[in-house]
Amino acid sequence: MAAASETTGTARPRRRGLPGWIEYGFIPLANIAAAFLVSGLVVLFVGENPFEAVKILLWGALGFGEGIGFTLFYATNFMMTGLAVAVAFHAGLFNIGGEGQAYVGGLGVTLAALALDRYVPWWVTFPVAICGAALFGAAWALIPAWLQAKRGSHIVITTIMFNFIASALMVWLLVDHLTPAGSMQPETRTFEAGGHLPELGGLFALFGLDIGGAPVNITLFVALVACVFVYVLIWRTRLGYEIRAVGFNPTAAVYAGISPVKITIVAMLISGALAGIMALNPVMGEQYRLQIDFVAGAGFVGIAVALMGRAHPVGVILASILFGMLYQGGAELAFEIPSISRDMIVVIQGLVILFAGALENMFRPGITRGYALLTAPRAEPARAAGGGS
Amino acid sequence: MDFQTILLVLDSMVRLSIPLILAALAGLYSERSGIFDIGLEGKMLAGAFAAGAVGAVTASAWLGLGAAIVASVVLALVHGFASITQRGNQIVSGVAINFLAAGLTAFLGYAWFSQGGQTPQLPAAGRFQSLTLPGAETLREVPVLGPIYFDLISGHNLLVYLGLAAVPFTWWVVYRTRFGLRLRAVGENPAAVDTAGISVTWLRYRAVIICGMLCGVAGAYLSIAQSAGFVRDMTAGKGFIALAALIFAKWRPWPVLGACLLFGLLDAVAIRLQGASLPGIGEVPVQFMQALPYVLTVILLAGFIGKAVPPRAGGIPYVKER
Repeated sequence: MAAASETTGTARPRRRGLPGWIEYGFIPLANIAAAFLVSGLVVLFVGENPFEAVKILLWGALGFGEGIGFTLFYATNFMMTGLAVAVAFHAGLFNIGGEGQAYVGGLGVTLAALALDRYVPWWVTFPVAICGAALFGAAWALIPAWLQAKRGSHIVITTIMFNFIASALMVWLLVDHLTPAGSMQPETRTFEAGGHLPELGGLFALFGLDIGGAPVNITLFVALVACVFVYVLIWRTRLGYEIRAVGFNPTAAVYAGISPVKITIVAMLISGALAGIMALNPVMGEQYRLQIDFVAGAGFVGIAVALMGRAHPVGVILASILFGMLYQGGAELAFEIPSISRDMIVVIQGLVILFAGALENMFRPGITRGYALLTAPRAEPARAAGGGS
Repeated sequence: MDFQTILLVLDSMVRLSIPLILAALAGLYSERSGIFDIGLEGKMLAGAFAAGAVGAVTASAWLGLGAAIVASVVLALVHGFASITQRGNQIVSGVAINFLAAGLTAFLGYAWFSQGGQTPQLPAAGRFQSLTLPGAETLREVPVLGPIYFDLISGHNLLVYLGLAAVPFTWWVVYRTRFGLRLRAVGENPAAVDTAGISVTWLRYRAVIICGMLCGVAGAYLSIAQSAGFVRDMTAGKGFIALAALIFAKWRPWPVLGACLLFGLLDAVAIRLQGASLPGIGEVPVQFMQALPYVLTVILLAGFIGKAVPPRAGGIPYVKER
């Protein structure tokens, strides 16, 4: 009750009232549970059994080697885009442009692969492609970042606009410039061996797991390294401190000698670069060519992943594996129960964003009260005993 | 380009800009009250699906329109609950609405009609048919003015005229009524409105509901007036173009009309110019025309051509002082 009647901000009662495991464990789990509960109701609404659906989904995602391989392949995408959104969150920025940044990042990957694949082995192309992806992704984030920092244009709106501009630009480039002569398909030529990233089938075979034709590849390790990088950057470096300071309070940051203009631009460049590197996974790891709309919504999944993972790399890893499971398991589910199409994943994604993001404080008053009730009786008998003696 | 071609382009400009006008006006009510809404796209899509589905089942355009409004208002209320009652992040809520609508429309369409997420082709009674305005046939032969009246002004469906009428009506509501005054005030300074004894919460909920209704009409226009049924992802970014138009118009009704007609014209010209070559410029890529509304909006947001200043309290949840 005391916490509920606090009016100045939400941060203070939170820190005083609730222990860490409720704050970072129970409340996020309650939010996710609500999202999945509503998803279950939607499944029930079209006359299917939600428990049956969950069973098939889990089996499809984790029940066999190839399923696990695909789950990890999708998770790799979401880890990168989730980290991208998370870094921007720490600077108080909402980067909805991950989709466009990843799309343009794909151009960087493709140009590197097209230039090198015929002459060098993959491990030479690999670092160049990473740099290309990061560079192009960051470049696509630069203009919205600069406009936000210098001209105060709302970054949410500009990044949405840049998603559409990226889409138009890439279609134009693919149709008019990158398609090899004589081909009707709007896609680049297939890369030679020098543009193929090694798949992890052999590695999993060491542990006795046959992942079949699953395209999970070395980009998974790039994503894991990126998670460590983001952790170190945000919590262990001076720049990370400055990013968080600007995110908490830009005005106070100015008094601490931090330039919000610089931090806004730098944080968005890092965010764009991370989103761009995501393109490595589908372009050089799976399709070996650049196709129209290859990002396929992964940039938007990143928003759900970052919100669910509370913008922490560990949370991002867990959330992206969950979404990887949903994407792979959802495909199996659509195959087994045709009336549950893969669009169900988008519904779940929306519900996760709603409950873990916009409604994140809905259960807090109730949980705070419940926690107070649970802890209060222990204190009272002690006082009563003290009064009696 | 001869006179007839210009008329044709202008005619398709009107048709293409109607959903933008309705959605942008919807956003105007919401954002003027201080609730940012990037979920216009999702609400429109939900409206389009509800209209298509109900229109197909009942063969009634009016029931379809009603269903569209209900579906869109429900999503608007979710947004209102998250951003007004729960004081959540309005941008995040809007993003959630967009995904929810994109997923649910495709999912339910697929489960109910088993046509790959489409709704069945609508019968004639399930659609809003074009109306011929009085005297259009007789005046047709009059040079210049006749064709303008017959092709451009007459011959649209009811929702087109509704959309066009919504502009002066919105202007009247926002600038000439007590509700409009309070709406503008609550978007600039909710504390002052609260001090005057007016409920900020109720005022904002009303704005959000109006926003939902208009988005529903915009969605119904797409599925049961402009075409004969719902196809998945039918809005195809129109909600975001409407948002762009709203910013372009600096959150004012008449400029909204202008901006939407401009973006509609760009779209109409892009369709017309597909593959054609312009003297002096050569072939203009279609994608360039498609990207132009977004580019123009970014330039405007950057403050290079005028300055777009959003309502001051926009995006900030109101916490009552105690």
